[in-house]
Amino acid sequence: MSQAPSLLPLGDSAWTVEFGETIDPALHARVIGLNAAIDAACATGELAGIVDRVPTFRSLTVHYDPFATDGEALGRQLLSLAEGAGSASSAGRHWRLPVCFDADLAPDLERLATAKGMAPEAVIDLLTATTFRVYMIGFMPGFPYMGGLPPELAMPRLASPRKAVPARSLAVTGEMCAVYPWESPGGWNLLGRTPVSLFDAADEASPALLESGDQVRWQAVSRAEHEHLEHGLASGSLSRRSFLVAPEATWPV
Amino acid sequence: MAGLIEVIDGGLGNAIQDTGRFGHRHQGLAVSGYLDRPLADCANALIGNAPDAACLELRGLGPSLAIRRGPLRLALAGTVAATILRANGSSQPLPAWQSATLDEHDSLKIGAVAGSTAYLAISGGCAVPRQLGSRSTYQRAGIGGIAGHALQTGDRIPCARLARRDFRETRGEAFVHADGPIRVMLGPQAGHFTAEAITAFLHEFYAATPEQDRMGMRLAGPTLAHLSPAAADIVSDGVTPGAIQVPANGQPIILLADCQTVGGYPKIATVISADLPRLAHCPPGSSITFQAVDLATARQALADLRQRWTDWARGLQTFLPPGSLDEAALFGGNLISGMVRADY
Repeated sequence: MSQAPSLLPLGDSAWTVEFGETIDPALHARVIGLNAAIDAACATGELAGIVDRVPTFRSLTVHYDPFATDGEALGRQLLSLAEGAGSASSAGRHWRLPVCFDADLAPDLERLATAKGMAPEAVIDLLTATTFRVYMIGFMPGFPYMGGLPPELAMPRLASPRKAVPARSLAVTGEMCAVYPWESPGGWNLLGRTPVSLFDAADEASPALLESGDQVRWQAVSRAEHEHLEHGLASGSLSRRSFLVAPEATWPV
Repeated sequence: MAGLIEVIDGGLGNAIQDTGRFGHRHQGLAVSGYLDRPLADCANALIGNAPDAACLELRGLGPSLAIRRGPLRLALAGTVAATILRANGSSQPLPAWQSATLDEHDSLKIGAVAGSTAYLAISGGCAVPRQLGSRSTYQRAGIGGIAGHALQTGDRIPCARLARRDFRETRGEAFVHADGPIRVMLGPQAGHFTAEAITAFLHEFYAATPEQDRMGMRLAGPTLAHLSPAAADIVSDGVTPGAIQVPANGQPIILLADCQTVGGYPKIATVISADLPRLAHCPPGSSITFQAVDLATARQALADLRQRWTDWARGLQTFLPPGSLDEAALFGGNLISGMVRADY
């Protein structure tokens, strides 16, 4: 029996519809299910005044225009939609993203492998055999919190965070995986680098590459291929969308 | 042809903002926009701009600006003043709450805005390109404004239109925010705190600290205890400007326009929309108290704020600034001869 959703006020211009308090794919499927139900209700005009919707691990925050909207009525509608909405039946988009595991791009790979009593190649095999689920985008624009890291790779954050994590670093901590969109301070363990930029303001339609509900698989590429893709993406001859996999396709083994 | 301003001295803490960047928070983009929307609306109203025109938000040392293509009409709103340096070498003060028209080669030196926020509106608005739907500067992602950064010496600000030649200017009273406690709605995680913490939050004084920027403002005051050490962390959920996060140290942080979209600290309460603009004017050391209200009261407070602004705008008057006309030429010349026939 799943927990009933609760409606939490985030001031007079947002509601958070909460399905639970933990990180759990089943809770997240309900978040995505509600988001889809709101899409449908907005399309028919049944819901109005919503300016932003932020799916997280366990809740959906719905921001509204307080001038134009009766917040009480909107809250009742959201709760009723949340009670009626199921879990997302179809998963989000599927991505197969390249990543280069060369040692200078993966400064924590050797240390993590040693700590886990594994060869670095075995860590890479496990990482590339895992399907990650994008729970939410946050912390910084385009930063994806992805769940699904096998427990045998779980590592705590660095005791002392790096002052500068290079942009596009693939990083893990606990059972989470992420990619830093920009160079920034950070304490996650760095296991590789992707040539694909996670945030591109010039891409007006979807500046953030990933969105909540997407699924991601990593594909190991050589240094030469990494640089070739970097160049193609930078010059515009290659689109970020070329890494989308048809939703109906099964994951290549 | 549109206008152009060159930034002779960028000052400190100044950036282009508009009403904000909506529709991108699920991508991790802050909403940004004016910290004090009613005040920005005042600056725009003083020169007849649309209410959503992009303004210069002033938060520290004011910039010096030279008009490269004019004439341009400008106005300041807030606790700030400026000096107009005319091309002929004369200078005149430009106080806030009145417009002035500057010609090519005139310049404007804006003073400091200490612990507060003020706005400069410019003819037609700052016409930098919209990025992801808004002109608001969001430095963390390097978007909006001028190349995504705060105003810098050498920047050039395009303005959407030139001022009409007209000797009259517009002035108004100072728009003053309501005082009293900052009104909040408790939640979304008020349940993570002890009853004593909620009581202290609603009855004690909290001081603004120097740790404040467009992302948020740290307060100092009586410690707000969580129910347990575990209650000091949550699995991240959505946040918004005005949300009051309390980390394990028990000292509140109020999030502001450039805040992240999600956060992992419990939020004891959220400032209502009507009182959010007041947080743009809390210099370090100023004291803040909070009062809990319900959603209906918050909605009424927003309607009241809008009414007060409308009343303010109704009080705008046109006037002839002293020295704006050469009076000898006006009376000695034959400027009105064409008017005589109109009397028949």
